[in-house]
Amino acid sequence: MLHGVGRRGLMAGVAVAALARPAVSRAQGGPIRIGEINSYTAQPAFLGPYRNGWLLAQEQVNAAGGIDGRPLETVFRDDAGKPEDAVRLAGELVNAEGVALLAGGYLSNVGLALGDFARQNKKLYAASEPLTDALVWSRGNRYTFRLRPSTYMQAAMLVEEAAKLPAMRWATVAPNYEYGQSAVKWFRELLAKKRPDATFVGEQFPALGRIDAGATVQALERLRPEGIFNVTFGTDLLNFVRQGNTRGLFEGRTVASMLSGEPEYLEPLGEECPDGWIVTGYPRDDLNNETHVKLRDAYRQKFGELPRCGSIVGYDNVQAIAAMLRKARSTETEAMVEAFRGIRFPTGYGTGEVTFRAADHQSTLGAFVGRTKLEGKRGRMVDWRYADGADYLPGEAEVRAWRPQD
Amino acid sequence: MAFDWQGLVVQGLNGLASASSLFLVASGLTVIFGVSRIVNFAHGSLYMLGAYLAWTLTAHGPFAELGGFWGFWGAILSAALTVAALGALVEMLVLRRLYQAPELFQLLATFALVLIVQDVALLLWGPDDKFGPRAPLLRGATEIFGARFPLYELFLIAVGPVVLGLLWLLLHRSRFGILLRAATHDREMVAALGVDQKRLFTGVFALGAGLAGLGGALQIPREAVTLHMDMAVIVEAFVVVVIGGLGSLGGAALAALIIGELHAFGILVFPRITLVLVFLVMAVVLVLRPQGLLGRGAATAPVAAPAPPLPGPMPGPLRWAAIAAAVALVGVAPFLGDYPLILLADFSVLVLFAASLHLIMGPGGMASFGHAAYFGAGAYAAALLFKHLAAPMEVGLIAAPFAAGLVGLLFGWFCVRLSGVYAAMLTLAFAQIAWSISFQWVEVTGGDNGILGVWPSGWARGRLVFFYLSLALSAAGVLLLRRIIRAPFGLALRAQRDSPLRAEAIGLDGFLLRWIAFAVSAALAGLAGALFAYGKGSVFPSFLGIPRSVDALLMVLLGGVQTLTGPIVGAIAYAGLQEQLARLTDCWRLVLGVVILALVLFFPRGLAGAFRRRDA
Repeated sequence: MLHGVGRRGLMAGVAVAALARPAVSRAQGGPIRIGEINSYTAQPAFLGPYRNGWLLAQEQVNAAGGIDGRPLETVFRDDAGKPEDAVRLAGELVNAEGVALLAGGYLSNVGLALGDFARQNKKLYAASEPLTDALVWSRGNRYTFRLRPSTYMQAAMLVEEAAKLPAMRWATVAPNYEYGQSAVKWFRELLAKKRPDATFVGEQFPALGRIDAGATVQALERLRPEGIFNVTFGTDLLNFVRQGNTRGLFEGRTVASMLSGEPEYLEPLGEECPDGWIVTGYPRDDLNNETHVKLRDAYRQKFGELPRCGSIVGYDNVQAIAAMLRKARSTETEAMVEAFRGIRFPTGYGTGEVTFRAADHQSTLGAFVGRTKLEGKRGRMVDWRYADGADYLPGEAEVRAWRPQD
Repeated sequence: MAFDWQGLVVQGLNGLASASSLFLVASGLTVIFGVSRIVNFAHGSLYMLGAYLAWTLTAHGPFAELGGFWGFWGAILSAALTVAALGALVEMLVLRRLYQAPELFQLLATFALVLIVQDVALLLWGPDDKFGPRAPLLRGATEIFGARFPLYELFLIAVGPVVLGLLWLLLHRSRFGILLRAATHDREMVAALGVDQKRLFTGVFALGAGLAGLGGALQIPREAVTLHMDMAVIVEAFVVVVIGGLGSLGGAALAALIIGELHAFGILVFPRITLVLVFLVMAVVLVLRPQGLLGRGAATAPVAAPAPPLPGPMPGPLRWAAIAAAVALVGVAPFLGDYPLILLADFSVLVLFAASLHLIMGPGGMASFGHAAYFGAGAYAAALLFKHLAAPMEVGLIAAPFAAGLVGLLFGWFCVRLSGVYAAMLTLAFAQIAWSISFQWVEVTGGDNGILGVWPSGWARGRLVFFYLSLALSAAGVLLLRRIIRAPFGLALRAQRDSPLRAEAIGLDGFLLRWIAFAVSAALAGLAGALFAYGKGSVFPSFLGIPRSVDALLMVLLGGVQTLTGPIVGAIAYAGLQEQLARLTDCWRLVLGVVILALVLFFPRGLAGAFRRRDA
């Protein structure tokens, strides 16, 4: 709650600053302004930590002298989860606030709308969180770059582990929207390649945020699968897991689950955390390399809580933008786009450098793949390893064929 | 797959558990509506508060210390009672002042409460989802036909009928209940008999709120407590109430049962049906039984309320001020920056959207909870023409009103036969069906990722030109509406609204009039939608989602339904406030809610009504 007040104060501060200086300031030496749009009121649990990570990185960049002496400054906007509002705010940020580039996005359709705005208005858009593959492939464009490992990549990471196990009869459960549908599609396709003998015996597509968990669990149970591929997250995941635990759905079954190892989803589960799920995520408490420990400590000191996966995404996006700006030495869009392609920057995970592929503008940021385990009253990730995103992306020739050429 | 009837029985039990939960919420809603005729949009918020309070009380304070059986159930009941008290407070402070306002106006106030509660809950409980404790003695599962079934779900299955029984006893065996039933039947008569209406209404609102709170509190052992609970439950609760028949407890129970079971079995056959199932059921029921399953017939419906006088022409000075403002807007536009032009173009579109809704709400006398369907139909018509035929903007703008008008003709044919809240809910059902088509028919509509790249033609791409285009088309639309309202058609429309019998007696065909008005309104909403699509460059299912329909409704109500000025003022006020507040503070919903509440209390005739009050 305290940090909530802090965030609000900060937003107000930024807003006041914005009001006080309505004129577009592009003077050399003035701050470089970034316009950041996200669904802050619609998804506060995920985007609060994200914004904190962003602010921490911005502070560190500025403390180190900024970009050739120019500090970074971010104007945050709330799209309330509506793509049409995001487009309006993008117009506001570009035209009234004079931002050099746009960033943000959590929901896939917001990301796509902003990507199309970027293409139309020839502005750079550094997408942070949207997972949809379309953002960099079927609807990719010259001006859009995406940081987070995509639906395809996360599914590929899980398939690699799932294929090693004996489970043959699979059932899937996913929220009924693009992310859920794509995840299921890729999981089926990629698993069929590795294990031609695997069969899919059924699927459940509850409405996002409104799962009828009891009925869904029962429907899966009836299929008697050996493996379950889960894509639900957030509230749906909590309800699904509680009903599944009570009804013994997960006993003796392999479960592969997208994103469930992220603290965002693991922490609220508390003692309901199931054992032995294969998950992608972020083993925050056990990731003890130097870079990450430093980041974790700095984050805790500043915000009084531990970072979440979103925090790293926010942190890394600022690092990527800063690296790009240092290379571009300009805030002209074309120069920034050229600098962004192939840019390398160190990720806050401390697992080395990440690059944005020139072919599809997807970063090679990876995720951690491991198992869930209940210890005491909380769950954590064990037996994890870092899966480098570069190893889970289709080849550059392949994605070139999927991307509209521009 | 082998036919396993055991599995189906267990699935049936799952359906019963959901039905029971749904009934608890819906029962409160139907009791409140039955007596006070308030469409309580905040019912979901009360449900959410019940859940959060129960979570807090089981984790902190005396009940947490007591622990065990009594601690848990003490916390649940206290949470329900607290919400009941909150409900009484809301009724006394806000709603009591609005009973004289036009129908549906209270909806504005309750919507403001929704906004306020959302932000207050976020501030008090933080953004993370909460897991409540499992219920003592009911933690585990029992074996039913080889499947493990949670004890708590069995308990919930029992709670529904018990609450129904208790409510029946309350309504039939207590003085309070008898008065309630009397008030449900005929409010004026009860008042005439000297019953203290105020206490009765406060009591009934507290009762309804308490049931919502109980429903929420009882969910915590089975579902996570989240900030999205309110919206998730309110629409379904409304659907249950309407399917059952407004004000009918038995109907609500029956409808909850139908929805719960259809849902449980539906997902076995069509896993993707969950999005639209309840609305399909509602559409079918309302088309076949316009008063819901157990609702009373039209006999008790509108007791000829005194018709409001025809609004005169706009007072002189006001008219000149409006014309001057319009001229100034056109003249000043070239000197504005790009962003104000984007905003002004948005506002023009929203004005046309709200004005189109006003035609059926004001002169037509029908409410619509699903007007976004036609806005979206126009937007999708333009976007689909672009995507599949590469049609330019000019073609899209011409085709959109026709496409939306056709959809309006189709949906309207069913909707305009119904009256009041039933008609409004049927429009909602159709809008949700349209929404789910745009959402699920991925090959054609692009699903929730929408259709991108729908930008204006080259000549209209500049912000200034596009603003002038939006303004011109919106103004033309509004002037057309003004003409329609003042033409014999508009007067006939009013006549059938104010006195159906007399209108019929002089040979007016009420159905035909309402149907045509509905289609015209849809066509103009479609034009607004197409303009909006070109302004944004993309089209998404959210264009025809519930929030957009609610926005339209709020704009009309906020401005006032009596005159065409109302929706214009309302659209600008609502959209402008939201835009400004969202940029200034994270808590924009709280502030917006408080502002709407203040406007509702001070201007119960709407903003435009306030300007006119003196000469009315």
